Amino acid sequence: MSSIHLTAAEMASALSKGEVSSVELTKEHLDRIALVDGKINAFLYVDSEGALTQAEAIDKKRAKGGELSPLAGIPIAVKDILAQKGIPTTAGSKILEGWRPPYDATVISKLKAAGVVILGKTNMDEFAMGSSTENSAYGTTQNPWDLSRTPGGSSGGSAAAVAAFEAPLAIGTDTGGSIRQPAALTGIVGVKPTYGGVSRYGVIAYSSSLDQVGPFGRTVLDTALLHEAIAGHDERDSTSINAPVPQVVAAAKRLDVKGMKIGVIKELSGSGFQAGVSARIAESLELLVAAGAEIVEVSCPNFEYALAAYYLIAPSEASSNLARFDSMRYGIRIGDDGSRGAEEVMSATREAGFGKEVKRRIILGTYALSSGYYDAYYGSAQKVRTLVKQDFEKAFAKVDVLVSPVTPTTAFKIGEKSSDPVAMYLSDIATIPVNMAGIGGMSLPVGLAEEDGLPVGLQIMAPLMQDDRFYRVGATLEAALLAKWGKPILSNAPDLAAQK
Amino acid sequence: MTLDYQAATEKYEPTLGLEVHVELNTNSKMFCSCATEFGAEPNTQTCPVCLGLPGALPVVNGKAIESTILIGLALNCSIAPYSRFARKNYFYPDMPKNFQTSQYDEPICVDGYLDVEITTEEGTKVFRVEIERVHMEEDTGKSLHVGGSTGRIHGAEYSLLDYNRAGIPLVEIVTKIIPGTGKYAPQVARAYVTQLRDILRSLGVSDVKMEQGSLRCDANVSLAPIGSGKLGTRSETKNVNSLRSVERALTGEIERQANRLEAGERIIQETRHFLEESGLTRPGRSKEQAEDYRYFPEPDLVPVTPDAKWIEELRAKLPENPADRRKRLQAEWGVPDSEMGSLVNAELVDVVEETIKLGAEPTRARTWWLGEISRVANEREVAPTSLISTRSVAEIISLITSGELTDKLARQVVEGVINGEGSPKDVIEKRGLKVVSDGSALMAAIEAAISAQPDTAERVRGGNIPAAGALIGAVMKATGGAADAAKVRELLLKHLGQG
Repeated sequence: MSSIHLTAAEMASALSKGEVSSVELTKEHLDRIALVDGKINAFLYVDSEGALTQAEAIDKKRAKGGELSPLAGIPIAVKDILAQKGIPTTAGSKILEGWRPPYDATVISKLKAAGVVILGKTNMDEFAMGSSTENSAYGTTQNPWDLSRTPGGSSGGSAAAVAAFEAPLAIGTDTGGSIRQPAALTGIVGVKPTYGGVSRYGVIAYSSSLDQVGPFGRTVLDTALLHEAIAGHDERDSTSINAPVPQVVAAAKRLDVKGMKIGVIKELSGSGFQAGVSARIAESLELLVAAGAEIVEVSCPNFEYALAAYYLIAPSEASSNLARFDSMRYGIRIGDDGSRGAEEVMSATREAGFGKEVKRRIILGTYALSSGYYDAYYGSAQKVRTLVKQDFEKAFAKVDVLVSPVTPTTAFKIGEKSSDPVAMYLSDIATIPVNMAGIGGMSLPVGLAEEDGLPVGLQIMAPLMQDDRFYRVGATLEAALLAKWGKPILSNAPDLAAQK
Repeated sequence: MTLDYQAATEKYEPTLGLEVHVELNTNSKMFCSCATEFGAEPNTQTCPVCLGLPGALPVVNGKAIESTILIGLALNCSIAPYSRFARKNYFYPDMPKNFQTSQYDEPICVDGYLDVEITTEEGTKVFRVEIERVHMEEDTGKSLHVGGSTGRIHGAEYSLLDYNRAGIPLVEIVTKIIPGTGKYAPQVARAYVTQLRDILRSLGVSDVKMEQGSLRCDANVSLAPIGSGKLGTRSETKNVNSLRSVERALTGEIERQANRLEAGERIIQETRHFLEESGLTRPGRSKEQAEDYRYFPEPDLVPVTPDAKWIEELRAKLPENPADRRKRLQAEWGVPDSEMGSLVNAELVDVVEETIKLGAEPTRARTWWLGEISRVANEREVAPTSLISTRSVAEIISLITSGELTDKLARQVVEGVINGEGSPKDVIEKRGLKVVSDGSALMAAIEAAISAQPDTAERVRGGNIPAAGALIGAVMKATGGAADAAKVRELLLKHLGQG
């Protein structure tokens, strides 16, 4: 009997009881990847050898009775945006093809130290710019629920891997919704921690002031276990917060929301959201009320400017962050045949190495930062950012958490929005304010939309460094939903192995 | 007809602006823990951060912030309670990230000044140079362009990159425009850089070696007709690698600009490259179209918010301003301006002070360092301090003061020490350089001198004391300078009934 359908917490328990070894668990997942990844293209690189070596080491340590962390021996998939020593790391871009970093990202070091087994690197929109993985230079990832649909993005590969039982856990990054949106579209849990809660050291930067690493899992508790394993201050990341990590695992076990005030954001509900999405959200709110929470409507009037401001700030920072990809020190080099100067080679490499959306954002950002335009674009966007923060502060003065749908619609078709950037950008309308304010948010699967049978995600948001609050609410709601439906939402997904 | 410098400054008023880059001498780089040692094997002092590898993040070196605040305080600046780093974006192969992490509109130190003193034929003049800002940034790597005639990237066959220097902490000190220096502009610039260098050295924050590039000066100058009240178009001269070059480059540039203006040509806003051999400048990059660096606040670094209490602690730790110290020492030693100037120019103030602290008599300490030791140093083209230690000089001077050595003997001792014959005591012993103070030995020489010059001796006996000089001279000559002249005089006069 395969263990791949267990939760990470259950795997941990089976490992500690000796019911299964880490090597067995790892092999089962590698087999699963071999079986189904050809259909979904979630992985860019599978490190079978490294994974089995780590699994073996953990099994030996366990046999000797050594002290192990809660996730020791459990496999994980990692978004290909985190530098891992000796392992190809591309950020989904052609320009980094063949690059093997000489160092580990802090999150990778933490996973290794915790004995977590890294299966490989997952597909993503190039440099995390996108909401569907269609911008990957290495092909689109398919949604395990429907192979004609995208899993969302940019961390679509990580989300699809977890939803397809290729890994119980995954690491993603979230700059404008890149963890929460794919989690919602694939029916799993995804968390964007408070900015500074998890180190960004070794994470290839898209937009430094917005990027945040976070966990994916199939349950709230699994996600919390991974969150605690990767969080904490890092002296290599000046923006990481030097404060105790929120007690998210304890919160995920609490299952009680009595007396909590839950704010529904007026501006992120109603028109503009798919009916089936709104219906599941409403149903979830009823369950929370039944569990003893109080629902309050709050208004965040500046959220309507957040998307526009995001598309100035993120491309501005990206235009600078991506300047280093110039063929001088790593990645591909085009046109260096002795007849061209450094500048021409840089230019030819960037022309060939960057995809269309990346070029679009580099140009957008370069323009927004240009002298004479800076105040009107970048400057104004920063002001909007302050206003969005203030909206959240005012709202959190009245409520403990805020909720909204994660996405306006369920998973969309591959190709449906790829020719219309603005339509694509709009799929992040509900997630972007969280990044702008630096707070944390969770995407929790709350059922299937009636019209298409695809998963719907509820977004739960909490104030800075109060990430435990959305784990508490999420776990309580997860339990209520399980009681209501009798089985996990993901169990409704079609059998991938049987699909063509 | 061309204008010479004199004529140029009679017609045109120069306005200066000086930008000085200082490499801090911190043990580690600005944003990572890599070593900063000068001259290491290329690319051995690098890591993911200073190589700008994807994913790597900077963390500010606290020591660099401390050094920069010290510099700001020494230059009478206000220290910003909140300042930020910014990214200066431009592409160049030796820039690992293709942006330089610097400070832009929120620098750490602002609004200071330095009073600069120069010596002119009209006496000492003081100019207040106002400091606009002092900010922190990181150095770039170094490119070596191989092949091609210019040593520049264009036309080179290939280029070698050394990233050891990438990320070394730099402090940039920018003056406001400096008007009203007239014909003294080059001298004021040189004096400013000199005083700045002395301050930085006294703070211990940098090696301040212009020849190694740890102190670099970009000199901006523009000309306008005297009395016009206008500002002309400026040029910015780079590659000014010594204090003397600062003065030469500006003198040459003022002359060049004046002659262009005379010829009815306009000045092009550009960087110019100083040519050490000719003292002239050649054009570099045009700055007519201001490059757009697309500055924005560095999102990877938190703002710098130094604690007010810490700033006060640093202020209390500031060493005495070198210029003030010079004035104090000059007063203590009772030295005339000209001699103090010589000591300053020869960079011997510290050495002399130390020699005096070690017990040497002040006047002798100055004259020995400035005279005999400097003379030998000049001959050998080395620094005086590399020849002999302050301790040895102090010891020799003490022996002169106590009468155990004459100046002439002391010169031989100094020579011996310089030639590596050992300590002053060793040299004295080996060369047998003792003052002849033994009365009988001297008396023999005195009697010999009297019998050689009986007429002179008779005049002295008759009361003509000054005539004794000839006899004393003869005794000194006979003893090879090893006699104490005062003692000889005393014995001689007594012997001739005048004691």
